[in-house]
Amino acid sequence: MAITFKEVTYTYSPGTPFEFQALKNISTKIEDNSVTAVIGHTGSGKSTFLQHLNALLKPTGGTVMIGNTTITSETSNKNLKPLRKKVGIVFQFPENQLFAETVEKDIAFGPENFGSTAEEASKIAKEMITLVGLPESVLSRSPFELSGGQMRRVAIAGVLAMHPEVLVLDEPTAGLDPGGRREIMQLFGDLQKKQKFTIVLVTHQMEDVANYADHVIVMEHGKIVKEGSPRAVFANVEWLHEKQLDVPASTEFAFEMQKRGFQFTRLPLTESELADDIADFFKKRGQTHE
Amino acid sequence: MNKILFGRYIPLDSFVHRMDPRSKLILSFLYVIVIFFANNWWIYLLMAVVAFVSILASKINFKLFVDGVMPLLWIIAFTMVIQILFGTGGQTYWHWGIFSITSVGILNAAYIFVRFTLIILISTLLTLSTSPIQISDALESLLMPLRKIHFPVYEVALMLSIALRFVPSLMDETETIMNAQRARGVDFGTGNIIQRLKKIIPILIPLFVSAFNRAEDLATAMEARGYRGGAGRTKYRLLKWETRDTLATLVYSLMAIGVFALRLL
Repeated sequence: MAITFKEVTYTYSPGTPFEFQALKNISTKIEDNSVTAVIGHTGSGKSTFLQHLNALLKPTGGTVMIGNTTITSETSNKNLKPLRKKVGIVFQFPENQLFAETVEKDIAFGPENFGSTAEEASKIAKEMITLVGLPESVLSRSPFELSGGQMRRVAIAGVLAMHPEVLVLDEPTAGLDPGGRREIMQLFGDLQKKQKFTIVLVTHQMEDVANYADHVIVMEHGKIVKEGSPRAVFANVEWLHEKQLDVPASTEFAFEMQKRGFQFTRLPLTESELADDIADFFKKRGQTHE
Repeated sequence: MNKILFGRYIPLDSFVHRMDPRSKLILSFLYVIVIFFANNWWIYLLMAVVAFVSILASKINFKLFVDGVMPLLWIIAFTMVIQILFGTGGQTYWHWGIFSITSVGILNAAYIFVRFTLIILISTLLTLSTSPIQISDALESLLMPLRKIHFPVYEVALMLSIALRFVPSLMDETETIMNAQRARGVDFGTGNIIQRLKKIIPILIPLFVSAFNRAEDLATAMEARGYRGGAGRTKYRLLKWETRDTLATLVYSLMAIGVFALRLL
């Protein structure tokens, strides 16, 4: 399912002294079956942008097309439920939304709200807990007895349980250790390849952007200041540094090498690309010496 | 959620904002007490003028005050209806069982309307022009004499300022949790009363859990920085009584004297 933004603006508390324009004239398209990464500073409008993806917020101006549904400022709050089933959002620190007595009930909460019977929902819960890499024995425990990382997985399972067509992830790995981070991102990457759905990912981890994203949107002060493939966006290292944004470590490394006279045809994004480039360089040099 | 005005401080630079929070607190109390002595329209006129002048001196947009009165309109209307139906005295227009509509009843209802509105206006002025932390500082300072009878003034003031500090945080948190549950298919706006009450559980439990976690973190952080309440603790914000406070006190005292003089009319 594709999502199209057309000249979208959003203003918080209009007409009061707290008025604040969080989105300014945003136009972009999130393609079907793609992974889109949204990067930018805190306060750049990323979270506001995300909440437009399933009509938790309605644009003050402009339109958002979610699949075949058009959302404008006039859209009524009723009948948005089918939309919420199609677009699942994993909010920042999703473990804060757990509430049920058992893990099973918490995961089943979403499907039940969308009309699954209790039996179907508990079947889905079993599938999901395995999917996020936790043993089935966890299902009967209270979510509050689990460790932080496990709670995060349960919360993610609760969103995946709705079988959304678009999965929106707001910093899904914030506050996790490097191992947990890799595992969670791996999980989403595998799912996306297997089940073919659209992912929108907000993150500060540029490695994750390089590894998983097809498309990158850079936001600043409520505007989209740049968008394109990760290669195109990360090509301009200096511009990103100016915006106080990072590039993947391998790109940074190559950029520093370039300053010292090393030639790259294009800046590498991942460690394996960087290793290949360096190996190629020495191979060529070896040939010229012969 | 955006309509709730309580605890919403509008930072501006005005005569009222610069006043000592203690004098604002005392004068607001004085105003509320004095208004219960009002028994004719001249007094209400005088007090309304004082309220409007105070509001003007705060430079805060009047529309915000109207927004503050609106949510309480039902309570005012309810009190007025009770007053009209049960008030006795004067000319009787209608009578049925214990209910009667009389001229005195209607007059009292009108008084109550004006009285409520003015009380809300003046207390809204206090909360809009004084930050919560200033109010709790002022209370602490005003309650100080109670230490003589071993009333835990510092602790109460600390509790109050922590509670006030976390009102906006908890409201943000509620919003986030509501959004998360909405995204999981909860429709807060529909269903009968019981269904709606049930939908509150997925908000309340996470909210309680995070409030307790927050409280524990806060306690640890305070202890880690060596917090010790009680006597001998100096203050970063010092309260200072200035000429403008004396001036305001003078105006409000004159108003009080005027009210008691007008009562004799």
